[in-house]
Amino acid sequence: AKTARLFDVRSWFGRKVDQDFLDELEAKLIRADVGVKATQILIDRVREAYADKTADEDLLAFLKAEMKALLQDPQAGALAKAPTNPTVILIAGVNGSGKTTSIAKLAQRLKDQGNSILLGACDTFRAAAADQLAIWAERSGADMVRGNAGADPASVAHDACDRALARKVDYLIVDTAGRLHTQTHLMRELEKVRGIISRKIEGAPHESLLVLDATNGQNAIQQARIFSKSIACSGVILTKLDGTAKGGVVVAVRQQTDLPVKFVGVGEGIDDLQPFDPDAFVESLFS
Amino acid sequence: MFDDIQHRLSDALGRFKVRGKLTEANMQEGLRAVRTALLEADVNYEVVQRFMKRVTEKAAGQALIKSVRPDQQIVKIVHDELIELMGEGDPHIRFEKAGPTVIMLCGLQGSGKTTTCGKLARRMLGLGRKPLMVAADLQRPAAIEQLKVLGQQLDIPVHAEDPEGTDPVEVCRRGVSQAEKLGRDTVILDTAGRLHVDDELMDQLKKIEKKVRPHQVYFVCDALTGQDAVASAGAFNAALELDGVIMTKLDGDARGGAALSVRQVTGVPIKFVGMGEKLERLDPFDPQRIVGQMLGMGDIVGLVEAA
Ligand SMILES: Nc1nc2c(ncn2[C@@H]2O[C@H](COP(=O)(O)OP(=O)(O)OP(=O)(O)O)[C@@H](O)[C@H]2O)c(=O)[nH]1
Ligand SMILES: Nc1nc2c(ncn2[C@@H]2O[C@H](COP(=O)(O)OP(=O)(O)OP(=O)(O)O)[C@@H](O)[C@H]2O)c(=O)[nH]1
Ligand SMILES: [Mg+2]
Ligand SMILES: [Mg+2]
Repeated sequence: AKTARLFDVRSWFGRKVDQDFLDELEAKLIRADVGVKATQILIDRVREAYADKTADEDLLAFLKAEMKALLQDPQAGALAKAPTNPTVILIAGVNGSGKTTSIAKLAQRLKDQGNSILLGACDTFRAAAADQLAIWAERSGADMVRGNAGADPASVAHDACDRALARKVDYLIVDTAGRLHTQTHLMRELEKVRGIISRKIEGAPHESLLVLDATNGQNAIQQARIFSKSIACSGVILTKLDGTAKGGVVVAVRQQTDLPVKFVGVGEGIDDLQPFDPDAFVESLFS
Repeated sequence: MFDDIQHRLSDALGRFKVRGKLTEANMQEGLRAVRTALLEADVNYEVVQRFMKRVTEKAAGQALIKSVRPDQQIVKIVHDELIELMGEGDPHIRFEKAGPTVIMLCGLQGSGKTTTCGKLARRMLGLGRKPLMVAADLQRPAAIEQLKVLGQQLDIPVHAEDPEGTDPVEVCRRGVSQAEKLGRDTVILDTAGRLHVDDELMDQLKKIEKKVRPHQVYFVCDALTGQDAVASAGAFNAALELDGVIMTKLDGDARGGAALSVRQVTGVPIKFVGMGEKLERLDPFDPQRIVGQMLGMGDIVGLVEAA
């Protein structure tokens, strides 16, 4: 019963804001994967503002407002658009985070907005990765460029750029193989893919999105740091938010790398992608 | 980040120089540093709380080892306690005397089930067994194709059906009969990824368990998992009575606190760890290694051990 009380925010009201109270607040945020460091920063703010006062609705609103402000994106929900076609979106992330599925969802979304889409299947490593993307491409009516299993991903990117230019498609979305950020040679390979894209098409990639799994804990911070360094990420797609994991680590990611969340994945279906809503997200951290 | 914690720890620990016995007061700062390390390694919050309480009780009153600083002694106590909690490594799989041994893999989406299926099959080959893999994921696009490719690479049969007009329970049942027919003695079922809160899909797993009666059920858990590991592992264990856990993606810099959480909430042993994407990258679980990674204070432990 103690734990139940611990995590019911309303039970806090009327209590003195002392160390005990702050410890419980800490527990709440840690449990949502916000992490020790990011939590400490938030708690220090609360301590400054409310030391020895009584916890009430305002305190909670104050804390939520801090987090919402942090997570706000100046270009909320919008993707960059190149002045001339194609706009190129590069997708990357660790193994199994949801890259390929997110591409399917993104393609559907952009298609629904009246755009023509080309997908580049640059995961030539994982068994049947291109087949997986091909099935999604068919479902969303997107065109696709693929290479043979084991082919150089950069050469597939090269061909995809050529076709995107020739057909003047609105968007080229490039899928890449999952890789852990610690695998230096695979990060070099990813940089090479990015390099080809930017050489072939001016200003491209216009978005480099990192796909983070909401069930991940603190390792996501290192993922964000190193992928950003490697391919200059412009935003995050946070997947698997339909489970019970809160994905609070994106608070720490924003604090420490400034990467904004652009979209969230809320299921395995092609329509299960939503623009990130900081308000709803922060509310869910406390529910 | 790692060095950070270590640094803070030696800082904090350096401050109390006690003689005689460890007490709650003189341990406090050091214990706090350990607690932070575990939380940053993604060990579940409640698991950490319970653990810290237990360690504090165990350490209080212990006599100090002369040649070692008391702070170092605490890290060693924590370290040993963690290893005990993680349990023995046990990479053995019990094979049935009669008929094929059936092993079912389950877990959340993208945790590494299909890859692990191939890794286990490869391991079986090495043990002189004759494995067959069953493509029971009819959901994810190209999941069947993925398993078939692994089967080709390993040169072992894969039972697959056209997903139209069949269901995973049937596929598994026929997969086992197929194995009997072909004289294969080990069957590995690759199931679709699912969320532990998806009642319909969890029921489907229960149905497979009831109708196919796998001899071993393994939960495939991503080492990158955060606080939610207890919820998912707990739910899968409640639904299926797991026999073992396989932790994947431990080849990166994840500190793998989920291992302790999952172990605590299920009581089920961790059997293997995935150390890469390639099929040979499956290692027996080693509690020493994971605890070292989780706590990140190997030098201090080594120091005390040498004393
Ligand atoms: N519940 C849920 N599942 C998702 C979501 N996004 C992706 N998935 C599932 O997660 C699993 C992995 O997704 P993929 O898109 O193949 O992931 P990936 O990052 O491309 O994987 P690799 O290419 O192997 O690194 C699949 O079973 C997807 O159906 C989501 O938002 N919610
Ligand atoms: N680095 C690393 N990658 C791994 C490991 N195990 C699996 N992977 C990768 O993780 C990704 C997902 O693996 P899958 O085997 O497709 O996962 P799954 O659980 O079958 O996924 P779903 O069927 O979609 O739920 C792939 O890119 C694998 O190559 C591992 O131990 N280390
Ligand atoms: Mg993929
Ligand atoms: Mg699979």
